[in-house]
Amino acid sequence: MDVNQLQKRFIDYTTTLVQEGFLDDQFNQLQQLQDESNPDFVFEVVSVFFQDTDRLLNELGKTLELQNVDFKKVDAHVHQLKGSSSSIGAQKVRNVCIAFRNCCEEQNIEGSLRCLQQVKHEYSLVKNKLEYLFSLEQQILAAGGSIPTWNE
Amino acid sequence: MASSSSSWSSNGEEEPHVLAVDDSVVDRKLIEKLLKREDCKVTTAENGLRALEYLGIGDEKGTTPNQELKVNMIITDYCMPGMTGYELLKKIKQSSTMKEIPVVIMSSENVPTRINKCLEEGAEEFMLKPLCQSDVTKLRCHMTKVRNPSNGRFCLGR
Repeated sequence: MDVNQLQKRFIDYTTTLVQEGFLDDQFNQLQQLQDESNPDFVFEVVSVFFQDTDRLLNELGKTLELQNVDFKKVDAHVHQLKGSSSSIGAQKVRNVCIAFRNCCEEQNIEGSLRCLQQVKHEYSLVKNKLEYLFSLEQQILAAGGSIPTWNE
Repeated sequence: MASSSSSWSSNGEEEPHVLAVDDSVVDRKLIEKLLKREDCKVTTAENGLRALEYLGIGDEKGTTPNQELKVNMIITDYCMPGMTGYELLKKIKQSSTMKEIPVVIMSSENVPTRINKCLEEGAEEFMLKPLCQSDVTKLRCHMTKVRNPSNGRFCLGR
């Protein structure tokens, strides 16, 4: 596949992710921050997001397993995840976090456990898609092209 | 980091130095990039205590205000474990050396009582997260208010 085809695939794929609600305009904001002085910016921020989310999901799992669930703690973790997913434009993850916080407020254990499963699911979906997007970026760069932003 | 092509140098301004405080790693990376895009020098801190230590107004014995330190603006998240952005704002405003530095609060939550109490305590702006480039561009006017925090004149631009 030549550079132009790769770039088109990149744009089309990003557009689809936005149309399907996996990503929102904040992701586009990140792409606009990427430049020659920092060509891996999006990859770096999203990588930090992945690491941070893995940590938070792990903490959430442990906190919800305890006999007496500390909902303040659960809520604090979900608030963090809501913030970081919002900052990178991971819309579906963020939306589940909103529902999750409601469960925390109600001190609803079952609801919280369901939300945890849902957030893990949405996270894994968007992670796969973003990883694919980054692989396209790598292919474009390897072929000597530059990475387009989706609304160009 | 004198750069002849800096967006500040055409006005004879030195690049502003901004202290950004946020407990989120993702958000620290983002705010740093947004500020660097405005040709600012950026220092980040992961919580209020670290920020105060950096400013030399921490509670630790032996921290003395750093007369050489030039910080033109502080931007801080509101919700942080330990010391909130509001509490950090209050400490800064209580400091004789640092109170002139403009402080901007960021939050992911739009809570009018929260916004009002921050503004009443002296925050310049309250911004909703996630921030985008145009939000940060709007903050440029605050970055040039204070030339030298320890003995500068405060030029009102509001």
